[in-house]
Amino acid sequence: MSQALPLSQYLLSSLIWLPILGAIATLVFGHADRQRARWIALLAALLTFALSIPLYLGYAADVEGMQFVEKHVWIGALNVYYHLGVDGISVALIALTTFTTVLVLIGAWNAIEEKVHQYVACFLLLEALMIGVFCARDALLFYVFFEAMLIPMFIIIGIWGGPRRVYATIKFFLFTFFGSIFMLIGLIYLYNETGSFDLDYLARYPLSMTQQFWLFFSFLIAFAVKVPMFPVHTWLPDAHVEAPTGGSVILAAIMLKIGGYGFLRFSLPITPDASHELAWLVIALSLIAVVYIGFVALVQEDMKKLIAYSSISHMGFVTLGAFVSLELARDLGFGDAARLALQGSMVQMISHGFISAAMFSCVGVVYDRMHSRMIKDYGGVANTMPWFAAFMVFFAMANVGLPGTSGFVGEFMVILASFQASPLVAATAAITLIVGAAYTLWLVKRVLFGAVANHHVAELTDINRREAIVLGGFALATLLVGLWPAPLIDLMDTSVQEVVKQLMRVKV
Amino acid sequence: MNPISMADLLPLVPESFLLGSVCVLLLADLFLSQSQRAVTHWLAIAVLLLTAALVCRVNGDDSLAGSAFGGMFVNDGVAAISKIFMLITTALVFVYAKPYLIPRKLFQGEFYTLILFAVLGMMFLASAGNTLTAYLGLELLALPSYALVALDRDNPRSSEAAIKYFVLGAMASGMLLYGISMIYGATGSLDFASIRGALVSNVPHPGLQTFGLVFIVIGIAFKFGAAPFHMWVPDVYQGAPTPVTMFIGSAPKIAAFALAYRLLEDALAPLFNDWSGMLAVLALLSLVIGNLVALAQTNLKRMLAYSTISHVGFLLLGFIAGTAEGYAAALFYAISYAITATASFGLIVFMSRAGFEAEEIDDFRGLNQRNGWYALLVLLVMASLAGVPLFVGFLAKLQVLKAAVGSGMLPLALIAGVFAVIGAFYYLRVIKVVYFDQPLPSTQLVMPADLPFRIALSVNCLALVALGIFGGPLMSWCLRAVTGG
Repeated sequence: MSQALPLSQYLLSSLIWLPILGAIATLVFGHADRQRARWIALLAALLTFALSIPLYLGYAADVEGMQFVEKHVWIGALNVYYHLGVDGISVALIALTTFTTVLVLIGAWNAIEEKVHQYVACFLLLEALMIGVFCARDALLFYVFFEAMLIPMFIIIGIWGGPRRVYATIKFFLFTFFGSIFMLIGLIYLYNETGSFDLDYLARYPLSMTQQFWLFFSFLIAFAVKVPMFPVHTWLPDAHVEAPTGGSVILAAIMLKIGGYGFLRFSLPITPDASHELAWLVIALSLIAVVYIGFVALVQEDMKKLIAYSSISHMGFVTLGAFVSLELARDLGFGDAARLALQGSMVQMISHGFISAAMFSCVGVVYDRMHSRMIKDYGGVANTMPWFAAFMVFFAMANVGLPGTSGFVGEFMVILASFQASPLVAATAAITLIVGAAYTLWLVKRVLFGAVANHHVAELTDINRREAIVLGGFALATLLVGLWPAPLIDLMDTSVQEVVKQLMRVKV
Repeated sequence: MNPISMADLLPLVPESFLLGSVCVLLLADLFLSQSQRAVTHWLAIAVLLLTAALVCRVNGDDSLAGSAFGGMFVNDGVAAISKIFMLITTALVFVYAKPYLIPRKLFQGEFYTLILFAVLGMMFLASAGNTLTAYLGLELLALPSYALVALDRDNPRSSEAAIKYFVLGAMASGMLLYGISMIYGATGSLDFASIRGALVSNVPHPGLQTFGLVFIVIGIAFKFGAAPFHMWVPDVYQGAPTPVTMFIGSAPKIAAFALAYRLLEDALAPLFNDWSGMLAVLALLSLVIGNLVALAQTNLKRMLAYSTISHVGFLLLGFIAGTAEGYAAALFYAISYAITATASFGLIVFMSRAGFEAEEIDDFRGLNQRNGWYALLVLLVMASLAGVPLFVGFLAKLQVLKAAVGSGMLPLALIAGVFAVIGAFYYLRVIKVVYFDQPLPSTQLVMPADLPFRIALSVNCLALVALGIFGGPLMSWCLRAVTGG
């Protein structure tokens, strides 16, 4: 297939550059006419989504190594290549990105009335850069996409955000920038050692324990901020609360995943021994995120803040799975369990992408009507918005991890795998099933059920067709992954096994 | 003394052409009425671009490479690339200056001829092969600059800035000259190559040469505006008319690089261990003082002044490495900074109008509500200054950090990285004001009618992205220039 299609040679570049062209087109042709800007952007996003279908179909899931590879010299003086390639993990995340962007643009159709062309252009740019992150096979190229992403998100939160948007967006930018500067210096150090930024080469290059140790920390700071992990998570609740709905969705659904993806692409392959030595640290931080942040979510009075904390808690499973796999594979020799843990953490990334996006979209739907995110302003919404209530209950169940939804699959796999490493870790992580249920169901109870709280709620109208498309799209994806996860797991299986091989490789 | 031959004169064709043209311009301008002043404007730009073309031509001819006038004048890659970008950025300064100068009644021939003489000085500086040439070039740059700062002579702030600049600048020149005299005393030579040879072969007066080195480094630091010799920078940046600030903030940074490169690398390379430590301290102080004080500024020109100081700190990291990659990184940094600085001051000119100087950061409030395109340009410039990837500022920072890490200065690179994050805050604040705030009712946006201005500004800002993505060739060019390949 990859030979049959002439396009496939440039498929990844097209995926990156098409949204950028779309963004330029909206800026140039859309500034006078909002409706035109929306349509151009939607068209570009749909085309990009359409392009990700041949990517999925053309990708040979049982073949090891990178596919759809493009490699050109970018900066000769520094030996930097425009080197793109995907494996199963990247394909899944790219599909998540293109899918979510389409729904985000539809979701913001009437919610944003000011500077629409800039709004949609920011989202298209963001999409391009995120796809770039998932394709980059050159560390510096990865870094460029990783950092450049900050600017559109900075603008999105800053212009269309809530009352404290300026504080939130500057905090978001500086936290991430601060984290990644250490990664940059780590990468420069690696380049001076190895003379290359090529990720495949770096994954094979032997490094002493001391070197790995410092590099591990430089990567950890960058990705821990992005995931975000306890204790550098404080930017996320602020950013989520202040961001417009679309911004929250992209932030939760995709940008957080880049942190988890970074661990898989940098920490595990480049510094496997240090990762192994320090796995306890990451596991401990993940458990704190899972349990403690879960309790923090319990006391939130702002819906978006609650979901933001819930995101941090759920992302704890991603990092837990990724680093438990090291203990499993190296200390205990449970290769299959390690694979299970990694797969679980990958499935959790995809699943959390859909669920958190859907939850934020739900909040967006009522926020557009009530202009409040406070739980106390709601109550009995189910009486006036039955369809909306149905969707929200469904996503809440998925967030809790009800079997049959995607939320169950990932968490279950991670807990199952970590049980083989340490029953204590598994038991601690499993607390989330109770805490998660508590905060999510309590949220649903307070917002949806009971008597109609006030006349504002009484005047609510149910979701329109546009909102139904958005929520329906996410619901479909959540169900699909929950009921039939096999295609997703098969897509990533070979790549996950490769990661297991990489983390088994002793480099010292 | 050998008689002057064609081989000596040909490498100097661009300089000679510039000198001749300035003299003609100086005279011709006298016969122009104020309504015809635009002729001077366009002639000056044409002279700069023609000179740049001549530099390219001379540089392209391998038979002209090497030194002329018995080593007084060096024609090599570093000289060529520095000169070309000095000339281009100065041409941009002229384009940006016109809509500012006309309503303020500063649109005079002196502005052009003084800057052109300063450019001539910079060109000699870039080609200096002898301490005398370097010193003459430096003074030819400095003297017109002092006068330029006072161009708006009825403005007390300008006059004060000019006096400050003159006193401190003259002192710096004195320091440099004093240092040169000590090195002369220690080595018995003024010629860079001979000084270097003498320092390698024997160590005649260790104390004397170290003393001389200290004074030379101080002189260079003054010219760069590196902390703690940065006192003149904020006052001059704020006090001078914006186009003059634009000029002082752009091309002379490349000249300062050339001065440092010629003196430290060509002449004093054997004392690397001594001067790299001094520069490390200067770089560190510049990063700290520049970034921290810039945080507190509300005046945009003053903020950019402190931002310059911090950028000089980054630039010096390239020197500390002492390798060809390091010098190439510093050269790239100087060039990219000069281009970014012209763009940033161009935007200030854009926002200013008759009777109103858009100097305060708050004057940029809500620009995005009024004009999305120019708001985007502000975003590009600030993101580049902050060193965000996809912009040229990132490539520049990447290279100097790489040079620092490569020479084992990992802690310094880490500190620089942390201060880059701190610095990002004040650039972000400008973006915030432009994009997130509502416009003040008191400020209105008057588009300068000057079409060349608008085109040049847009191209200038977009070049920051273009160089950020396709900066590879320029980086290779810098490296080739330094290695002589």
